[in-house]
Amino acid sequence: MSTETVTRADVCAAAIADACKDDGEIIASPMGMLPMLGVRLARLTSNPDLVISDGESLFLAGTPPLFAKADKVEGWIPFRRVFDVVAYGKRHVMMGATQIDRFGNQNISAIGDFAQPKRQLLGSRGAPGNTVNNRTSYWVPKHNPRVFVEAVDIVSGVGPTRAAEAGPAASRFNDIHRVVSDLAVLDVNGPDRTLRLLSVHPGVTVDQVLEASGCAIHVDGSHEDVPETRTPTTQELLVIREVLDPKGLRFKEVPVPKESA
Amino acid sequence: MKGPRDKRMTIDEVVATLEDGMTIGIGGWGPRRKPMALVRAIYRSDLKDLTLVSWGGADVGLLTRAGKVRKLVYAFVSLDSIPLEPNFQRARQNGTIPEVVELDEGMFNTGLQAAAQRLPFLPMRAGLGSDVLVHNPWIKTVTSPYAAPDGQGGHVHEELVAVPALRLDVALVHMNRADAHGNATYLGPDPYFDDLFCMAADRAYVSCEQVVDTAGLTHETPVQRLLLSRMMVSGVVETPNGAHFTTCTPDYERDEAFQRAYAGAAGGSDEDWQAFHDRFLAGDEAAYQAAVEAFRAEKQAEKEAAK
Repeated sequence: MSTETVTRADVCAAAIADACKDDGEIIASPMGMLPMLGVRLARLTSNPDLVISDGESLFLAGTPPLFAKADKVEGWIPFRRVFDVVAYGKRHVMMGATQIDRFGNQNISAIGDFAQPKRQLLGSRGAPGNTVNNRTSYWVPKHNPRVFVEAVDIVSGVGPTRAAEAGPAASRFNDIHRVVSDLAVLDVNGPDRTLRLLSVHPGVTVDQVLEASGCAIHVDGSHEDVPETRTPTTQELLVIREVLDPKGLRFKEVPVPKESA
Repeated sequence: MKGPRDKRMTIDEVVATLEDGMTIGIGGWGPRRKPMALVRAIYRSDLKDLTLVSWGGADVGLLTRAGKVRKLVYAFVSLDSIPLEPNFQRARQNGTIPEVVELDEGMFNTGLQAAAQRLPFLPMRAGLGSDVLVHNPWIKTVTSPYAAPDGQGGHVHEELVAVPALRLDVALVHMNRADAHGNATYLGPDPYFDDLFCMAADRAYVSCEQVVDTAGLTHETPVQRLLLSRMMVSGVVETPNGAHFTTCTPDYERDEAFQRAYAGAAGGSDEDWQAFHDRFLAGDEAAYQAAVEAFRAEKQAEKEAAK
């Protein structure tokens, strides 16, 4: 397996797995395909203690391929118990973000004015509770200026500054960990707890990331100092391709660029 | 010898007990085990100005489309395999729901818990710092009377959200099996919150796939699956396929083809919706089920023809 055949989707999966590698024995709750792939990759490599579910009601003892039926079960997690675990705190959720702003606030509720939105989305779901209770990361499959904005239209997920302003009860367990996109990995440890570029994916430049963002993104040092996101190891590539996603479902979320396909 | 009373009713008898302006909680979760036969009956009734409290799916979509909803309390509205509910989206974007209360999911759960426990509120962290509190300024915070360590050697009295009780006039839920008295089991993967809805309400009506005798409820079914006790239930309606087109595992799964047809019509032109309404929703429940059967046969024939 040569590294030339490593796709962007594989890099994203490994970056998501890395976001979970130090989580220890907690439940990882991925929303979306790449998060599910990355979490299961971590389970099979860097963090075998991770607890995973089928997204419906079962804790999975095994680590089945994407969307496969559970082979072995190790627990029951109906929706009502999810709320208990959120409050208990032993959880790392990776949510999507229709918008995310410089201060790490996220919006999945609606675009435009809340009273009569231009586009109604899902609603705030569990984002407000997740972000003040357990570790939260975000996955952005298409990094662009409409997603990375100066200020989100509606604050569903709470960033560290908003949490601090809301007081100790809100900031105590607020833990925005990583933002992984199809271009880069970020965190919220820039000046004043703003978005900071941690690494750019192979083939992506820092300028490309900054141009694809509608808000300022902090860069430590000069552009040349920003490391490249690591490529998956041979073992990881094997797990992704042969075990977790032999059908290549991940390319629906992060397509292989046409020129290299 | 007397036994507990028989609470069996018809769909129309349940709807006849409802009044304009009532607060109605609808059980299930998104596109899962929704009391759709009862929802359809409300859709075609002349009820109005309802407050709906729901983990929203097509129940919210149908009733907003019919203009029944004056106030909607929700944390999300989704069809899952079709993430955004087109009727709900349309209603929100046209501003036709006069009052909306969008909560965090955990707050919604806590609100039901508070109502079920006859408390005015319960405290939690969810909502702090988010726009849920900005858009609902009537939701207040409460300061803990107990000091907690502040992490810097001092102490703090945490300010938490006082999640208001979501008290309901009526709860409507759908279960797999029930007896005539209102004891009921779920046979699928998840109880959802149907017991909480019933306990948060003044009256609760349970529709079910099948009414069985009481002993039958635990025949080859663990007693832990008995989610509802008759003391929480005012009426029982047998509505086979009554959760259609949502899931009612293991009796049936979601009817994805029908859901696509629903969403297509809901997101289409006024004529598209009128055609869907005329075909499926204009008649009573028996007419609906017959139309669904015909739809299925049509889809099957299309599949055969494509072979």
